[in-house]
Amino acid sequence: MRERILYGLGAVAAALLVRNIWKLLTGLPDEAFQGAIFRIIFFHVPAAFTCFLCFFSALIAGVAYLKSKNLKWDAFGVSVTEVGLAFGAANLISGMIWARIIWGIWWTWDWRLTSMLICWLLYAGYLVLRRAIEEPTERARLSAVMSILSFSVVPFVFFSIKWFRTQHPQPVLFGDGKMDSGYRVMLYTNWIPLLMFAAILVAVRMMQERRQREIDALRRAAHAF
Amino acid sequence: MRFLRQALTVASKDLRSELRTKEALNASLSFALVILLLFSFAFDPTADTTREISGGLLWLVFAFAGALILNRSFARELENDCLDALIASPVPGPALFLGKALANYVLLLGIEVVCLPVFGVFYNVRVTGQPLWLGLVLVLASWGVSVVGTLFSALTVNLRLRELMLPMLVYPMLIPCLMAAMQLTTPLLAGQPLQGDLLAWMRMLIGFDIIFTSLALVLIDTVLIG
Repeated sequence: MRERILYGLGAVAAALLVRNIWKLLTGLPDEAFQGAIFRIIFFHVPAAFTCFLCFFSALIAGVAYLKSKNLKWDAFGVSVTEVGLAFGAANLISGMIWARIIWGIWWTWDWRLTSMLICWLLYAGYLVLRRAIEEPTERARLSAVMSILSFSVVPFVFFSIKWFRTQHPQPVLFGDGKMDSGYRVMLYTNWIPLLMFAAILVAVRMMQERRQREIDALRRAAHAF
Repeated sequence: MRFLRQALTVASKDLRSELRTKEALNASLSFALVILLLFSFAFDPTADTTREISGGLLWLVFAFAGALILNRSFARELENDCLDALIASPVPGPALFLGKALANYVLLLGIEVVCLPVFGVFYNVRVTGQPLWLGLVLVLASWGVSVVGTLFSALTVNLRLRELMLPMLVYPMLIPCLMAAMQLTTPLLAGQPLQGDLLAWMRMLIGFDIIFTSLALVLIDTVLIG
């Protein structure tokens, strides 16, 4: 039943995405300075939002696990971290494609790019740490700590790197960046299917974790005999 | 008061056993010197441009050398199950952590004090231009490195590939701290006083130290015991 709901949600998200892409390509005019490539922003920015939402959820999962010692929170934590990393990668790569065309280079050591890359590496470290621990409760405990520490260093990363010179366009939310209202609506409309995809991926990943726990329990029971 | 005494006892125990064997200290010091030597092949060590990156070079050396010390910090206790004995002792987790962090701090500062004049001689940099400010940066940034490093030393002590995991996890966490230290050290080595924007880096260094010291003290029981 749960899988049916997930498939249904996935179909709705895919339909929404197709509609959005259609509107992006036919409905919206090219941006005056950047031409057609500016459309990447409708994936680039929502991917970043989703990524940080995931990392924030990982923080909550970490705290909740340490409070409750319930392994479900650990499964949630690893799922959101992995999905967050995937969306973070999407953000970085789409940004690099845009930069290649607008700035003429793939990468520049601008604060936003650098801090995003550092955050990505921090959470990649979380996954590497998990792989090195066999025992499930120890793994859950230490990765919860790692998640809390990683999220605490994120503001420092952003502030410190911001003090270097920047050439990234100003943020359209909570920043000085200006954006036409039609584009802005499109940005949010496209965030909805991406968020749905993220939620589905997290749900699927959590089911995998649950099954893994069941398999491990069966294996232990088999060894006990 | 009792807490501080316990922490100092742990720190003096660590320092004593390290100074008797000198295993981490020797390795870390010779490693630091080798890196200083290797840097001279990467670019012209006497050029003026080298001055502009001197802070960065210095802190890379300290960070690399520090990882060797931090690796040993908790790993040393694995033999004969000393770690279990320490955890079972009446010393609370935060005091144990603070003691270990203090011992690492003293060792790291010792290495820095030895490396600094060597760096000055090899790279023709006058290190005594702003001794007080430079001392303050060393004191603050080394504390940040020691605190975060000791916490991860505890976190990785029971893992496979411990020696690999520690630097992999610690360096991204330390980026803000190392970056502030690099930004501050370069002008100080050139003899310029700290002012304007540089004071903001100093504030960030202090904020980093305070937040991660408190986080580490809160989380250490979870890391060590669960």
